[in-house]
Amino acid sequence: MTKLIATFYAAALYGFIFLPVAVLVLFSFQGSLFPIPPFNGPSLRWYGAVLGDQRLTTGLLNSILVAVVTSAIATLLGFLSAWGFARFHLPASAVLRGLITLPLTVSYLIIGMGLLIFFNWIGLPKSLVAAGIGHVVINLPLCFAIVYSQMGEHQANIERAARDLGAAEWQVLTLITAPMLWPALFASFFLSMTFSWDEFVISFLLTRFDTTLPVEIWNMLRAGLNPKTNAVGALVFGVSIVLAIVFELGMFRKRAA
Amino acid sequence: MSALVSIENITHSFGATRVLSDVSLAIAPASYTVLLGPSGSGKTTLLSILGGFLQPGQGRVLIKGEDCTAMAPAKRPTATVFQDYALFPHMSIGSNVGFGLRMKGVAKAERDSKARAMLDLVGLAQSFDKKPHQLSGGQRQRVALARALVVEPAVLLLDEPLGALDLKLRRQMQDELKAIQKRVGTAFVHVTHDQEEAMALADHVVVMNHGRIEDEGSPERVYGRPATRFTATFMGESTIIAGVSANGMIGTAVGDFAAPQVTTHVAIRPEHVSIGHDIAARAVDVVYQGSFKRVTAVLQSAPDITLLARLPADATTKPGDDLRLTIDAAHVIALKD
Repeated sequence: MTKLIATFYAAALYGFIFLPVAVLVLFSFQGSLFPIPPFNGPSLRWYGAVLGDQRLTTGLLNSILVAVVTSAIATLLGFLSAWGFARFHLPASAVLRGLITLPLTVSYLIIGMGLLIFFNWIGLPKSLVAAGIGHVVINLPLCFAIVYSQMGEHQANIERAARDLGAAEWQVLTLITAPMLWPALFASFFLSMTFSWDEFVISFLLTRFDTTLPVEIWNMLRAGLNPKTNAVGALVFGVSIVLAIVFELGMFRKRAA
Repeated sequence: MSALVSIENITHSFGATRVLSDVSLAIAPASYTVLLGPSGSGKTTLLSILGGFLQPGQGRVLIKGEDCTAMAPAKRPTATVFQDYALFPHMSIGSNVGFGLRMKGVAKAERDSKARAMLDLVGLAQSFDKKPHQLSGGQRQRVALARALVVEPAVLLLDEPLGALDLKLRRQMQDELKAIQKRVGTAFVHVTHDQEEAMALADHVVVMNHGRIEDEGSPERVYGRPATRFTATFMGESTIIAGVSANGMIGTAVGDFAAPQVTTHVAIRPEHVSIGHDIAARAVDVVYQGSFKRVTAVLQSAPDITLLARLPADATTKPGDDLRLTIDAAHVIALKD
């Protein structure tokens, strides 16, 4: 009996979380003009329409570009700052570590507004570059936290051994530290990709003509619902799932190692 | 014989804690030196200073006559075998061993052949393409040794290299370490808290305590004629008995012994106490150790004085038995105060 209730509860809970997405994906295969019951698909006509829409495909490419470049930068900066904090005695180290992870707790809206005002002030126009900087700001703390958590005293000794054998500092970093932390770097990169990929607020505030896919979808939604919005939403969701799985694989490898 | 390494008057503190006080030490070429002491004695700090991982507060380190005190680990002619081995986990065994040569710009073919030769020396020729996690603790230890030796250091530093191994493997690796050291002829400096390991390996034992060198010399000398009370109790077991010295002799509750200098204590090794006729005692504890029985006895004339004796394994002594013991006076050690 208890087991039955537990099963029902679990089903209800997962239903609550996934039903909206399932409906979205289902009606992306709708055959007619409106994403409402009855379902009369499956049809791929709306996926065709998405791929034929130049604004959406440009948004898609922009999103990929921003996600890859900003994740690489955030991972690199996160790695270097984690290495600095883990290997050197810095004054007020705990305070500085707190400050570097602080953006994790600040809403994207506030970060976006702050950057908007700042970029305005220094004269950097709204662009993909501006949004990209915003993505680095939100993802760097995450990358830092992941990489820092994986840096232990044992690895410090391994770096010491490399130095003892004649490695210069840049050789220690590129030949020893980074390869040793590869699972954490991989996980950081893909988690950043996931967040950058469907980030809306900062991209909305900081881009104008060339923009990312979530902003294009928002523009589209203003014209009302149709199965094309479902199709593009399903595509975004699919990519997020793939990135999340890759991230999990990275984390899993790290635990196994 | 001129010293390969000279440590001159090194003093070092961590914050307010002084860990080394005015330590001077000479290390001879091709020798096996063991720094022995309890934890906190400063032995590992001294090794770190030798390796260049720490800058001493005061004093100098000369290697081959050159002042290396401020020289980075990469630049000085030392190589270290770390306690946790510190192998590069993402590299093959061959790449691990070849790493130092790679940093020196040696071409791949040459460093591979040198790495193979060194792995052969430590008995791991078959493991060239394996990864560190595929090897056992003892094998990783050998890889760490090969990796440090392949760069042909003037001095090889070993930080408790056998600490993580089980007892049997430790004794086996001890013999191998000694054999490898004799074969390559490099000076080894080895840190340990295990006095058996120290005696088995060392040409020169350095006993450390509270940041000072208590005693140094051949293992035979340091064990047989320890200079200080600390050495007498740390290097093997001893009974320490108080006495009063006069005219080159010291009088104690267990007899009078030769004392070349004025002293207040003697140390008596358990193996120099045997069943005899001189001293009336009572056994209070008997521990069978396989090859001998370790007997703790109290004097009948002075029950507050205990004497350790190493009796034959077939001795029938039981706790509570009355015994008559004899001390080999030639081996009684008059301690410096």
